[in-house]
Amino acid sequence: MTDQEILAGLAEIIDEIAGVPADEVTPDKNFVDDLDIDSLSMVEIAVAAQDKFGVEIPDEQLKDLKTVQDVVNFVSKNS
Amino acid sequence: MTDAKILAFGGYQPDRVVTNDDLAKIVDTSDEWIRSRVGIQSRRIADDDETVTDMAEAAGAKALAASGLAPSAIDLVIVATCSPIVPMPSVSATVAHRLGIVAPGAFDLNAACAGFCYALGTASHAVSAGSARNVLVIGAEKMSSWVDWTDRSTCIIFADGAGAAVVGPCAENEAPGIGPVVWGSAGDQASKITVTGRTGAMQQDGQAVFRWATTAMHPVALEACTRAGVTPADISAFVPHQANLRIIEAIARKLGIPRERVADDIVHAGNTSSASIPLALSRMAEQGRLQPGTPALLIGFGAGLSYAAQVITVP
Repeated sequence: MTDQEILAGLAEIIDEIAGVPADEVTPDKNFVDDLDIDSLSMVEIAVAAQDKFGVEIPDEQLKDLKTVQDVVNFVSKNS
Repeated sequence: MTDAKILAFGGYQPDRVVTNDDLAKIVDTSDEWIRSRVGIQSRRIADDDETVTDMAEAAGAKALAASGLAPSAIDLVIVATCSPIVPMPSVSATVAHRLGIVAPGAFDLNAACAGFCYALGTASHAVSAGSARNVLVIGAEKMSSWVDWTDRSTCIIFADGAGAAVVGPCAENEAPGIGPVVWGSAGDQASKITVTGRTGAMQQDGQAVFRWATTAMHPVALEACTRAGVTPADISAFVPHQANLRIIEAIARKLGIPRERVADDIVHAGNTSSASIPLALSRMAEQGRLQPGTPALLIGFGAGLSYAAQVITVP
């Protein structure tokens, strides 16, 4: 899967769970500061990402994934 | 074999209302934060001298009155609780005595927030097995006495209250009113919700519990539907443990149950552990939000970790 495909899939998930329009989900965006996504929504996003990409994102890891690009990198590296 | 059904509900909450703004005066939090993360606007907290037993008695009395049964008709009393001040004597024997129920079987059951569904399943089994005819099932909690009031991650969530149901035998040829209970546990995650030591306070790994509840509970709820011979589309009321509105909404979404059928008692009751399901049911019954004769889906989940679900027929 290319980074672009992961980004598109992630944007879909974030739209569904947090109601953030997909075109706002760009790599440099910070989840908390830019997209107003809280820690519980991050858990839901992680679970949905696991279903979609087959990559488990444990809670311990989640706190280090601060930007959209961080998640794309993590999924890319572990898939 | 005699099948069991629910005859009536009853609920009780302490008078004292504690708002989010009240909590913001004692811990670093805000009304906005609590509403958005947990969904609670206010909760009830018992006074120092009001006990789990007092609240259990009040809810039990209401359910008994609503059932139309005399106290003498009850032969088993089960109290689900994880927050009594002392481990003995049981809450149930004292409550039975205070309600004028003479010499019933009486025991407390601890499956934390899943307790009511465990107790309801056990009551149903007792009726089916012939070891009891009518059972008073109560969930009662004084969570406030086990909360660290300086811990903003837990003290904003938990609250006090009690709820009860009277369980009795179905008439001949009447369909079972309490479906098979689907229960289980995940002891490998025991450390996620704990009280450490006799003077310790509740601690919870909120994020881990949120992940577990939003991923592992909807299959359990679905299994309860399957075993009762219904689908989520048939469910007229979904009453999950009132843990956190975000968890409730996530499970309901995964089951495809529309919001107007989902209990949201947590908004003004807080998380009352084993009391939350019967408390929500009794309030929904009072408000005419339950349709008699239709299937309602219950699921409790919490410390243990443990969980239980069943479909009931609304009395």
